[in-house]
Amino acid sequence: MRPGSEPSLLADLPRLALLGVGAFLILAPYLWMLLASLKPGSEIFRDSLTLWPERFYAIENYGKALAEVPLLRFLFNGALVCALILFFQILFAAPAAYALAKLRWRGRDLLFGLVMLGLLIPYHVPALPLYVGFARIGLLDSFAALVIPFSISVFGIFLFRQAFKSLPDELIHAARMDGMSEMSIVWRVVMPNAWPAATAFATFSIVAHWNDLFWPLIVVQSHAMATPALGVLFFRAEEAGNDVGALMAAAVMVTAPMIILFLLAQRRFIQGIATAGLKG
Amino acid sequence: MPRDTGRAILIEGVEKSFGKTSVLKDVSLALREGEFLSLVGPSGCGKTTLLRIIAGLESADAGRVRIGGIDVTGLRAADRDIAMVFQNYALYPHLTVSQNLAVPLVMRRLSALERVPLLRHLIPGHKGRCAAIDAEVRGAAEMLRLGHLLARRPAELSGGQRQRVALGRALVRHPSAFLMDEPLSNLDAELRAGTRREIVELHRRAGVTTIYVTHDQVEAMTMSDRVAVIMEGELLQLGTPREVYENPVDLRVAGFLGSPRINILPAVATPEGIRLGGSLLPMRAPLPAGARLSVGLRPEALHLARDGLAAVVEHQEFLGAEVLIHARLDAVEARVTAKLGIAAAEPLRLGDAIHLRADWRDVLLFGEHGQRILAIPAETSLDA
Amino acid sequence: MRDAAVIRVPTRASRAIGEAAAAWVLCAPAAISLFLLLLGPTAALLLLSFTDWELGAPDLAWIGLGNYEELTTDPVFRIALRNTISYVGVVMPLSIGLGLAVALLIEGGVRLRATFRAIYFLPVVSLLVAMATAWQYLLHPTIGPVNRLLAMVGVAPINWLGSSDWVMTSLCMIGVWENLGFVVVLFMAGLTAIPKELYAAAELDGARSALDRFRLVTWPLLGPTTLFVVTITAIRCLRVFDTVQALTRGGPNNASQVLLYAMYQEGFSYFRIGYSAAITVVFLAIVLLLMLIQTRILDRRVHYA
Repeated sequence: MRPGSEPSLLADLPRLALLGVGAFLILAPYLWMLLASLKPGSEIFRDSLTLWPERFYAIENYGKALAEVPLLRFLFNGALVCALILFFQILFAAPAAYALAKLRWRGRDLLFGLVMLGLLIPYHVPALPLYVGFARIGLLDSFAALVIPFSISVFGIFLFRQAFKSLPDELIHAARMDGMSEMSIVWRVVMPNAWPAATAFATFSIVAHWNDLFWPLIVVQSHAMATPALGVLFFRAEEAGNDVGALMAAAVMVTAPMIILFLLAQRRFIQGIATAGLKG
Repeated sequence: MPRDTGRAILIEGVEKSFGKTSVLKDVSLALREGEFLSLVGPSGCGKTTLLRIIAGLESADAGRVRIGGIDVTGLRAADRDIAMVFQNYALYPHLTVSQNLAVPLVMRRLSALERVPLLRHLIPGHKGRCAAIDAEVRGAAEMLRLGHLLARRPAELSGGQRQRVALGRALVRHPSAFLMDEPLSNLDAELRAGTRREIVELHRRAGVTTIYVTHDQVEAMTMSDRVAVIMEGELLQLGTPREVYENPVDLRVAGFLGSPRINILPAVATPEGIRLGGSLLPMRAPLPAGARLSVGLRPEALHLARDGLAAVVEHQEFLGAEVLIHARLDAVEARVTAKLGIAAAEPLRLGDAIHLRADWRDVLLFGEHGQRILAIPAETSLDA
Repeated sequence: MRDAAVIRVPTRASRAIGEAAAAWVLCAPAAISLFLLLLGPTAALLLLSFTDWELGAPDLAWIGLGNYEELTTDPVFRIALRNTISYVGVVMPLSIGLGLAVALLIEGGVRLRATFRAIYFLPVVSLLVAMATAWQYLLHPTIGPVNRLLAMVGVAPINWLGSSDWVMTSLCMIGVWENLGFVVVLFMAGLTAIPKELYAAAELDGARSALDRFRLVTWPLLGPTTLFVVTITAIRCLRVFDTVQALTRGGPNNASQVLLYAMYQEGFSYFRIGYSAAITVVFLAIVLLLMLIQTRILDRRVHYA
C-alpha cells in the first residue's frame, strides 16, 4: 500500500465483504423475525425460501399479539420499572460516588473496598434470600419487588466515582465558598459536569433491566406485573408456538424499544462500556 | 563544502493538501550530505507534514523525494533507509530498553521465520546474528549513556532517558538520514538545553544527514548548519542561521526569528529618503515616491541618541545583563522595543522622552507584500 | 471603629469531623442498600447453604456440608457444572477470537465503521428471550431455514435443539452470536487507544507486513483490554440462563442443564432453598476464582505503565 493513502473502494472490498458476511449472520434472526411478523402462518414455513411476504399480514399479527396478552401493559411495566430503577440508582449512587471521590474521611477506603467487593457478586447470588425476604413481607409480585433490589448499583458508584475524580477540585472549592451544602454540590455542580458518564450509565442500566429475565421470572406471578422479557414467555405459553407470526410480532414489539434507544444513543452506550473496560 | 550527493536528500516541488486546505505549496530544497538542517516555523505551517512525506509516512500530492540519489517517492517508509525520532518518543512500552534498541535490527536482519519464538533456534546462523545485534545495541547504548538502563522498561525511565532511547533506536541502524520531529518539546527547559548539546554532538560524531523539525527558533538557530523557514506551507528562506537572521528575505521570516521580536514600523518612500513618521531615514529605496513600506529594526540595533525617533518610555524589563525598554513612538501609532545595556538604561524612568537611532545598515526594508527591499544610502544617487 | 465581621475559621479537627459527617450522610442510602440488598443477602445465602431448609417447611436444620456432599453425587448438578464450564470453554475463545478479528477488520479501514459496529452490537442490547425465540424457529428441525439451506448442500437435517447431541452446540452458537458484539466494541476501544505514532515507529523500524505490526504493536498494547475482555466474557458465559429457559428448559433430559438453571430449578421449582443456595455458592466461587486469576496472576504482566 502506498504510504499514507486511503484505500480505494476496490482495495477495500475484501474487508467490507468479510464484514458483510458476518453482519448478515448477526442480522439473520432479526430479519427473519421481522419478516415472519409480516407474513401469515401459512407462508412462514413454506417450502420455498421466499423473503418478502406475499400477503401482507402485519395488521393481523400485530393485532393478535396485542390482544392475546396485555402486551402494552408489559411495555408499560418495563418502562416504569426501568425508569424507577434508574431513578433510585442515580439517587443513591451519585452522592456516595462523590463522597468516595472528593471527600476525605475515615472509612472511605473501607466503603470503597466493600463497593469493589459488591462488583464481584453477580446479582443472581443474593436473589434467593431476597426472594424469601420479599415473600415474608408479602411484597412479591409488585413493583417494589421488581425495583428495590436493583436500587443499589455498585457499577454506578464505580463509574460515577471515576468520572467525579477527574473533575478539578477547584470547582468544588468554589461551590463551597459560595455556601453550597455538600448535597447540593452533588446535584448542582458535580453531576451536570459528569453528564457523559451519567448518560452512559443510564443507557447501560435501562437496557440491562429491560432485558432482564431472571429476577422478574422469580418474583412475578401475575400477567399484570410482567415485564417485557416475561411477556414473551407468557405469550409463548398462550400460543404454544402455533401462531408464529403473532409470536414474532410480539417479539418485535418488545425488542424494538431497546434497539431504537441504542441506535439513538450509540456513542453514549459504547462509551460506558469502553470506559469500564479500559480502566478495568 | 564539496557537494557529495552520495547520501544527500533532495526534495522537489512537493505539494500536499488535506481536503480543501493546502498544507504544502511547491516546496523544494536540497540538503548536503552530513548536514544538520532545521525545518522551523510556527505550529501548523506544514513542517511536520513535510517531514512525514520525506519519511514516507504520508504521500505528497505532487513532487518527488530523493534520498542518496534514489527516487524514493513511491517507496514505503520501511524501505527508505531513514530513521525517525518522534515527539513522544514512540517507544514500545512492553519491551526493555535493549529490546527497543534492537527492534530495527531484528526486523531487518532476522527473517520472519526467525522471529517466531521457538522456531528461531533451529535456523542456522541465528546465534551469530543475534550476537552481532547485541553488540550493536550495546554500542549504541554506550554512546548514549544508557548502559545501566538496558533492562528497564520505558515506563521506568525519565523523560530525558526515554529521549535517548529514541535516539539510540534511530542510531543503531546507521541510516542515510535522521528525521527528528520536535524531540525536545516534551522536556523541561533545563533538560532541553542539555539535550540540545547532546544531539548536536551526536550529529558531529555520527555525521549523518539530519532534518530537525521545531517551532522553537532558538533550537533551530543554535543547532543547525542551515535553517529552512517554513510558513503557511511555503519555504520562505533557506540559509545559515546567520544569513536568515541578518538577511531575511521576507517580513515573516524577520518577524519569526529573533527574540525579542523585531520592531516593524510603517513608512513611506520619498525622493529624499524614507519617511518614518516625523523622521527621515538617511536611505532610499528603489520604489516610486509615495510607496508604502515597512521598516524593520531589531531591538539590539536601537540605541539612545540625542536625536532620531522620538519616543516615550512605557515599560522596562530587567533581564540581568540587559534591559528591554518598551517605548511608544511620538510620530506613528506604534511601540518599539529596544535592548540596551545596563549603564545606558540606568537613568531612564517611566514617562521619559527619549530618542532612538540605528545604524542604517541594520535597517531592514520590506515592501507592501512583505518582500525584502535592499536600501541605498541617501548620499548615493539612485541611478549610479 | 469599624464593625469587624467575625469570620470563624474552623479548626482542622472540626473541619475533618464536618467532612466525615457530610460523607456519611451522602453515603447512607447507598451504604444501607449495599448491606441490605447485596452483602447481607450474600452472607445469608452462605449460611443457608449449610442448612436443609425448604420453602414452606416449619423449621430448618444445620447440616454443615451436607448439601455440598450431595452436589458431588448429584448427576444433574454434575452435568450442569460440566455443561457450564464447556460452554465457557467454547463460547469465550470463539467470541474473543472472532471478535478481535472483526474489530481489526472494522478498524482497518474508514468506510462504514459506525454501521458495522452498530450491527455487531445489536445482540447485546436485544431482549435475549425474544431473539432466542426467533432462533428457535430458525433452527427448527424440519421447517427451519437453517436446515433447509443445509439440505440444499446435501446435509441431513439436524435436530438442533431437540437432540442431546446437538443441544449444547446450538446453545454455544447462540452464545457466540450473543457475545460477539460486546467483544468487538471493547476491542475497538482498545485499538483506538493505541497511539498511532507507534505504528509509524514500527513502519520505520522495518515492520512491513500486517502480521509484523500486529505482533510488534497491536497485540502487546491490547494486553489490558484482552484481559478485561476475557474476564467479562467468561463471567457473561457463566451466567447463561435466558436461552436455556426460553429454548430447552435444561432438556432434553438435562442435556442442556447449566449452573444457573439448576439453581433456579432447585430453588423455585422444587423449593429446596438450602440446596439451591449451595449451587449458588459454587457459582459465586467460580466467579471469584476468575477475578482472582485476573487480578493476581495476569494483571501485572499486562500493564506496562
